[in-house]
Amino acid sequence: MGLRSFFDRIEPQFLKGGRFEKYFPVYEMVESFLYTPKTVTTAAPHARSYVDMKRIMTYVVIATIPCILVGLWNIGYQVNTAFETLGPSGWRALVLDTFGIGFNASNPFANFLHGALYFLPIYITTLVVGGIWEVLFATIRRHEVNEGFLVTSMLYALIMPPDAPLWQVALGISFGVVIGKEVFGGTGKNFLNPALTGRAFLYFAYPANMSGDTIWTPVDGFSGATSLAIAAADGYQEIIARGTTWMDSFIGVVQGSIGETSALACFIGLVFLLITKIANWRLVVGCLAGMIGFSTLLNVIGSDTNPMFAMPWYWHLVVGGYAFGLVFMVTEPVSASHTNLGRYIYGALIGFMVVMIRVVNPAFPEGMMLAILFGNVFAPLIDYFVVQANIRRRARRDA
Amino acid sequence: MSQTRKQMLTDPLVDNNPITLQVLGICSALAVTSSLQVAFVMSLAVTFVTAFSSMFISILRNQIPGSIRIIVQMVIIASLVIVVDQVLKAYAFEISKTLSVFVGLIITNCIVMGRAEAFAMKNPPIASFIDGVGNGLGYGLILMLVGFFRELFGSGSLFGITIFQTVNNGGWYVPNGMLLLPPSAFFLIGLIIWAFRSWKPEQVEEREFKIQTVEEH
Repeated sequence: MGLRSFFDRIEPQFLKGGRFEKYFPVYEMVESFLYTPKTVTTAAPHARSYVDMKRIMTYVVIATIPCILVGLWNIGYQVNTAFETLGPSGWRALVLDTFGIGFNASNPFANFLHGALYFLPIYITTLVVGGIWEVLFATIRRHEVNEGFLVTSMLYALIMPPDAPLWQVALGISFGVVIGKEVFGGTGKNFLNPALTGRAFLYFAYPANMSGDTIWTPVDGFSGATSLAIAAADGYQEIIARGTTWMDSFIGVVQGSIGETSALACFIGLVFLLITKIANWRLVVGCLAGMIGFSTLLNVIGSDTNPMFAMPWYWHLVVGGYAFGLVFMVTEPVSASHTNLGRYIYGALIGFMVVMIRVVNPAFPEGMMLAILFGNVFAPLIDYFVVQANIRRRARRDA
Repeated sequence: MSQTRKQMLTDPLVDNNPITLQVLGICSALAVTSSLQVAFVMSLAVTFVTAFSSMFISILRNQIPGSIRIIVQMVIIASLVIVVDQVLKAYAFEISKTLSVFVGLIITNCIVMGRAEAFAMKNPPIASFIDGVGNGLGYGLILMLVGFFRELFGSGSLFGITIFQTVNNGGWYVPNGMLLLPPSAFFLIGLIIWAFRSWKPEQVEEREFKIQTVEEH
């Protein structure tokens, strides 16, 4: 209990009138990170739940663990495989050489460590830069630093390409936290997903570093398109023809952003989120139905000029960021619809849009990010109509 | 007259800025601010049109029948815009090509119409002229501010002169492609409004509703 009594001793310094009054948000952040938050309900109804904000956010971070593990291994595997033909290059190779770990692509441990050397700089940059913004706003606006940032930073780092320049990572998370969240009042008031806002900013600002063939496996001279880029150019059969089976895509041994490649890992996270009821299953059902329905419709319509029309839903499910977005971003409670009927519609809208962008829009091979942001913007409108319909229905019934 | 002439000129710059306070003329502010040169010419054109249309409308204000006043105002504004358009085509063809439809669209610019309706119809010609110049300059100020950031960070130059050597030309600066897209001006204007209202809190609108706290309930 040494730590607890330490906190109890220094707490008055941070309260109103104390010496460090201004830094209360910082104290509060560290304290509630280590212990249960002290805030309790002060007015009726005194509904109690053990699932407070801190626990929700922690659960989401726990749910990303499979994605992190598979993602890091996959990055290392891709790079180590490329090293076999192109030879080692870069400072990471130097580090791994120094510690005698080597670049054996069949050694999961070596792959994982190599991947970590790509992931950790990005993640640490995200935490530091985003954390500075959070504390700055918390201090000036006098609200508390929220655990939500732990989720935002983790999701943001996982949807970065492995070789994203760190200054761009910093710029993106700044934009995401400030414009996507803090200008609207902080966690709980953000109508856009902050992680995706930051990613979208980078996507439009620095397209050369955020899309293309050379960024996914950062080895000099290596070029590997994502499955979606291949499918957009030559149809989904071409993905198989180039040696990537559906199973590879499902497990995540493909080119892509750090954490998004493995649909399997995402679905393990999804099961956890559904069991703990953090994620609302209606959103997931809606999003799956929208995607499956619209892609099947496009399969039936068919097209002679656009090979993407023929891509079946089970391929849409495993390529690109669909699974990751479905599990961690569509289900985000703040930016999604809040009514049950609205959740189906919101999910279906995103599912429909992602196929629409992937198949019909030739400019963007991947559509999950834009589809979710699009859905975020429409969520309040969907809720509005659902609520109005309910009011009309009850008015008729009681008339 | 409650305002002095100096106030009429300086008020629209910050205190009553047509873009940041009244949120008018946003469309062209998004479209023409990717380079400073174009933004500058556009500012001049709008200032010219606002000033002279306000003056002419003010001269005619006692003759214009109330029921058709908008049409009369439009005729005056449209004539002035055509003059501007022709001058630009004759002497600055390249810039006029970049501005394309946005010169013609000055006719529908809310700032021009707004000053004609709100000020020129009720005030004498010289005051209206000064008011028009002031509002044109207020518009121009924001355009130049937005243009400054968009050109500097979007292509690494100011007025076409290279400031940051971009990577494509062998320099170090990686241009931010989003700043060349019109939506970026939305963010910039939003941030400018934020800065203005932090600087002058009296510009902040009153809340439409207040969220009740639990204690008050």
